[in-house]
Amino acid sequence: MSEQQFNLDTVDHARTTPDTDLPWAELGLKENEFEDIKKILGRRPTAAELAMYSVMWSEHCSYKSSKVHLKQFGAKVTDEMKKDLMVGIGENAGVTDIGNGWAVTFKIESHNHPSYVEPYQGAATGVGGIVRDIISMGARPVAVMDPLRFGAIDHPDTQRVVHGVVAGVGGYGNSLGLPNIGGEVEFDACYQANPLVNALAVGVMRHEDIRLANASGVGNKVILFGARTGGDGIGGASVLASESFDDAKPSKRPAVQVGDPFAEKVLIECCLELFKDSVVEGIQDLGAAGISCATSELASNGDGGMHVDLTKVLLRDSTLTPGEILMSESQERMMAVVTPANMARFEEIMDKWDVEYSVLGEVTDSGRLVIEWDGEIIVDVDPKTVAHDGPTYERPYSRPAGQDATQADRFSESAAGRDRPAGAELGKAVVELMASPNLCSKEWVTDQYDRYVQGNTALSQPDDAGVVRVDEETGLGVALATDANPRYAYLDPYEGAKASLAEAYRNVATAGARPVAVSDCLNFGSPEDPDVMWQFAEAVRGLADGCMELGVPVTGGNVSLYNQTGGQAINPTPVVAMMGVMDDVTRRTPSGWAPTEDGNAIYLLGTTADELDGSEWARLKGHLGGRPPRVDLAQEKLLGDMLVNMSRDGMIDAAHDLSQGGLAAALADACLRFGVGARIGLGEVAERDGVDEFTLLFSESQGRAVCSVPRTEEVRFKDMCTARGYAFARIGVVDAVNDALDLQGVASVPLAELREAWSGTLPKYFG
Amino acid sequence: MPRIIVDVMPKPEILDPQGKAIARELPHIGLSSFTEVRQGKRFELTVEGEVTERHLEEARRAGEELLSNPVIEDVVNVSVAED
Amino acid sequence: MAESLPSTEVPLIADLTPDVSDERLAGVRVGVVTFPGTLDDRDAARAVRIAGGTPVPLWYKDSDLQSVDAVIIPGGFSYGDYLRAGSIAAKAPMMREVHRAATADGTSGSAPLPVLGICNGFQILTEMHLLPGSMIKNDHLKFVCTDQRLRVENTETPWTAELDRGGEIVVPLKNQDGQYVADARTLRQLEEENRVVFRYVGGNPNGSRQDIAGVTNERGNVVGLMPHPEHAVEPGFGPSSSGTEEVAMRYGSDGLRLFTSLLRQIVAA
Repeated sequence: MSEQQFNLDTVDHARTTPDTDLPWAELGLKENEFEDIKKILGRRPTAAELAMYSVMWSEHCSYKSSKVHLKQFGAKVTDEMKKDLMVGIGENAGVTDIGNGWAVTFKIESHNHPSYVEPYQGAATGVGGIVRDIISMGARPVAVMDPLRFGAIDHPDTQRVVHGVVAGVGGYGNSLGLPNIGGEVEFDACYQANPLVNALAVGVMRHEDIRLANASGVGNKVILFGARTGGDGIGGASVLASESFDDAKPSKRPAVQVGDPFAEKVLIECCLELFKDSVVEGIQDLGAAGISCATSELASNGDGGMHVDLTKVLLRDSTLTPGEILMSESQERMMAVVTPANMARFEEIMDKWDVEYSVLGEVTDSGRLVIEWDGEIIVDVDPKTVAHDGPTYERPYSRPAGQDATQADRFSESAAGRDRPAGAELGKAVVELMASPNLCSKEWVTDQYDRYVQGNTALSQPDDAGVVRVDEETGLGVALATDANPRYAYLDPYEGAKASLAEAYRNVATAGARPVAVSDCLNFGSPEDPDVMWQFAEAVRGLADGCMELGVPVTGGNVSLYNQTGGQAINPTPVVAMMGVMDDVTRRTPSGWAPTEDGNAIYLLGTTADELDGSEWARLKGHLGGRPPRVDLAQEKLLGDMLVNMSRDGMIDAAHDLSQGGLAAALADACLRFGVGARIGLGEVAERDGVDEFTLLFSESQGRAVCSVPRTEEVRFKDMCTARGYAFARIGVVDAVNDALDLQGVASVPLAELREAWSGTLPKYFG
Repeated sequence: MPRIIVDVMPKPEILDPQGKAIARELPHIGLSSFTEVRQGKRFELTVEGEVTERHLEEARRAGEELLSNPVIEDVVNVSVAED
Repeated sequence: MAESLPSTEVPLIADLTPDVSDERLAGVRVGVVTFPGTLDDRDAARAVRIAGGTPVPLWYKDSDLQSVDAVIIPGGFSYGDYLRAGSIAAKAPMMREVHRAATADGTSGSAPLPVLGICNGFQILTEMHLLPGSMIKNDHLKFVCTDQRLRVENTETPWTAELDRGGEIVVPLKNQDGQYVADARTLRQLEEENRVVFRYVGGNPNGSRQDIAGVTNERGNVVGLMPHPEHAVEPGFGPSSSGTEEVAMRYGSDGLRLFTSLLRQIVAA
C-alpha cells in the first residue's frame, strides 16, 4: 500500500508503547470496558483491535443491557415448543420445520435512527440488512413486511420521514423481487424524532440447505464477496482515520449508508447458486460491525481460529485505515468459508453473476483471530472475547413514580369517557374512528410495494396476516403478522407485551394458520433510565411468559434502545412477529365478506367488557391512562385453534380479529374489504355482556373475532363453539344489496361515506 | 431566456450504485478507457431578463435546500448557461 | 404434520392442471430471458407452464436462443433501473439474438419470432427500438401496485389472438417508470395502424399518453405492455377481479389467455 497515510499500529508496537493515548471514549467504550480489553489481551489493544472491540461491544451488537433479560426467551421453553425448531436464538435467524422437508426462517430487525437521519436510505438499507440475514441461513427470501411508526401525522417533519421511509422500503424491496405482504403504520407524537422502521424478512429452504455462520475445516478459504468496502457507517468524522492518534485530524467518512438493491439482488441469486451446489461450508452476512463481526463470529463458532490479510479487502476508498476497514458497514457484502477443492466452482459462480470477491485468508485451529496488514500483525485476539464475551450490565430498573397515577387515570372517568356518543351519534363515531390516522386505509403506503412478485402471495395487507405459498405442489405455506400496541405497553408493559403477542397470534390464526414461531423487535428508550429499563424488563417478562403459555417459541429478534429525544422516551414498543403454518394456503381466510357471501350469518366470538383504556377511541380523544385490556392467553389459544379448524373445515368464509378500534373497526374493515355491507344488531350481545352499545363497539377486549358463516354451516359452527365452551353470538348478516354498515336501530352508515373517510386520510396528508 | 445551471453530484465518499453499474457496462460495448463513472444531476433554472447575482444566489439556495440532499449529495456547480 | 383434506372436501379453488392436455402445446418452447436484476422470470415461466407450454430459461450473457418458438422478456429491475430503465439490458448478447430473430424477414423460411416484453421487458424492447416510444417516471412519481383494468385493442398479435377485441381484462400493474410517451407523429401512427394493443380503462394509473398500456411493432410479432399478465394466471394468487366475470378474492386469471393464445397460435402455424 504505497498510498498509506498513517503509521501502522502493530501488535508489536502496542506491546512496546503501553501508554499511548487511545480514543476509546470517542469510540463509545466505557473506561471499565477499555480496562477489560487490556486485561483480556494482557496489553493495550492496537488501533485495529480497539476498533473491533468497540463495535462488537456496542449496545447494538453485544446486547449488553438487554441480554440478562433476553435469557428468559431461552429459559421459558418446553421440549414441545422446541420440537419444530431447527435453529434457535443466537444464529442470524431462527429456523422452523414446517413439514414436507421444508424449513422457514424469519426475523425482524430495526433500522430506526438511520431512518430519521436519511429516511430513504435508512429504510432501504434496513430492508437490505434483514434480507441478508435470511440469505445467510441458506434460504431464499420470499417476502418482507414493515411495521412503521411515525410522529404525529400533522407535524411538518412527518411528511419528510413518511415519504422517504415508504419510498425507501419500496425502492429496495421492490427491486429485490420480494413481495411486501403486510406490516403496520402507526402515527404518534412519541415517535416524532424517533421513527421506528422495523423490517421483517422470511425465507424458505429445504432442510438439507440450512447454513450456519461458522468457519470450520483448517485450511479452508475465508472469502469476502459482493460490494466493495467503503467508509460507510463509520461516522461523519472518523477518529480512526489517523492510526497514530497524534495528529487528530478526522477525515471525511460517509454519514449515511447508501443501499444498492441491484447488487443485493445479484448477491441473493449468487448465494442461492452457491448453496445449491454446496460450495460453501459456512456463510455470514456483513451488517453492523462489518468484517469485525463476520470474522470474529465465524471463527468463534467454528474451529476457533482464522488468519486474515486485510490488505486483500477490495476497497471503494483507498484511504481507509485497517481499523476503519474492520468497522465499515458497507452494504451488500457476504463472507464465506470455502474448501480449496470448491474454489474453482466458487469462482465460476462469482464470474457468472459478475460478483467481485477476494480471498482474505484461511481457517486455522490456533484459537486466535489473527489479522495482518502488509505482512505485519495488527490483530491477535481470541475471537470469542470479541464476539461473545462482551460486557453484561444489570441496569438498575424501577417502576416509574408516575405509573400508579397513570393507571388510576381511567378513560371512563375522564371528561371524554363520560361524554360518550349514543344512538345515532354512534354512526358518526364509527366514521370518525375509521378516518383516524391509525385506523384509516394504509393503501397509500402499501400500493407503493409490490405484493405480487414471485406469484405465491395468497394474502397481503389489508388482511389480518400475509400468506405466502412455500410448496407449489401441495400448497403448503406460511402466514405472518406483526403487531405491537405501544399504548397498552405504556400503561402496563407486562400486560401490553402480552397483548401484542396475543394480537399477532390471533391475526395468524384468523387467516387460517397454526401459529408456530415468534420473532420480536423490542424498541425502547434509554436503558440508562431506570423507568425505561423497567418497561423493558417487564415487556420481556411478559413476552417470555406469554410465549410459554401459548407454546410458541421465540426464534430470534432484535433490540433497539436509546429511542428517545432528551428525557422523552418513545412508548415501549415491543413488536411481535408471529409465523403460522398452513397446509394449503388456498384455504386462507380473507378478512372481509365478498358479494357471494350475501346472507351469510355474522358471528361475534368472545365477550366484551368496559376496556377502553389505551384504546383507539381514547387516543382519538387525546387520552392515555388506565389499564390495558386483560389478556387471557388460554382463551386466545382456544380461539386460535377454533379459527384454524373452522377455516380448514370450511365453516367460515371470512373472519377478522378484533383489536385496535374494537368491534366497530372490525365490522367496518370487513365491509370495506370488498365493499359489501352488513346488518348488525347490537342489543342482545350488549345485554348479555352487560355493556352499553358504545362500549360494545369501541372497547378493545381481547380474545374476539367476527366470522362470516354460510347458512349451511351454522349448526357445525355453533356446535364447535359450544363444545369448546367459547362465547359466541349471532350479531347479524352479510348484506350485499344495501351498501351500508347498518347498526340496526342505532345508525346506518353508507359504505361510500365510510370508504371516503377511511381512504382519504393518508392522501390528504401525503399527496 | 437565460438559464442557470445547477449540477449536483453524489458526495465522493458515498456509494453511487448507478455510476458503478454504468462503469461495468462500458467495457461490454467496447469502451475500456474509463476507471470510474459517477452519475449526477443537472438542473436548468430559467430566469427573466439578465442573470443577476441575486438570481445566482437564489439558485445556490435552491441547490442547497431543495435540489440536493446535503446528507448524500454536493452542489458542485452553479453557473450561467452558455448558449 | 401435513394433514390431507378429507376426500369429501371440495377444494376451494379449481384444479390447476392445464385445461388443454394437448401434447402439441407442451411441445411449444418459450424462452424466458433473465438479466441481473430480473424479478418476474420465474413467474413468466410458471405462466407458460400453466398455459401448457414448456418454459426455457435463457441467460442474458448467452447468444443461443435454443430454438425456442417465442421469447418473453420478463419484468423486474434489470441493472437496478440505473441510467434508464432497460437501457443496459438492451445491450446484452442475448438481446442481439432476440433482435435478429424478431426482425427476421422470413425469406429463409424463418418467420419473425414472437416476443412479449412485460414491464421492464417492455422498457428493454423500447430501448432496443423493437417497439416505439419510451417509458418515463409515473406522473405521480411513486411506485404503484394495483389491479389494473385494460381494454384489448388489437387481437392480431400471436399473444392476443384469442382475446376479445374491445373486451376487458384485469391484471396487476406494478412499476415506477410506467408512463408511456412518444412523439405526436409516433402516437398518430400507432393509432392509425392499430398498433395499440392494450389501453388503460377506469383511470390512467401513470399518465401514459392516450392511456396506452401496451403496443406492438409493425409486423405484430413483438408486443410490450407495462401490466403483468403473468401475475393473473392462477386462481388464488391473482388480482381480485376480472374483465369478464365475477371473481372472488385473488381469483382473477385473465392474464393466462395471453399465454394460451400464443401456444395455440404457434401450434396452429
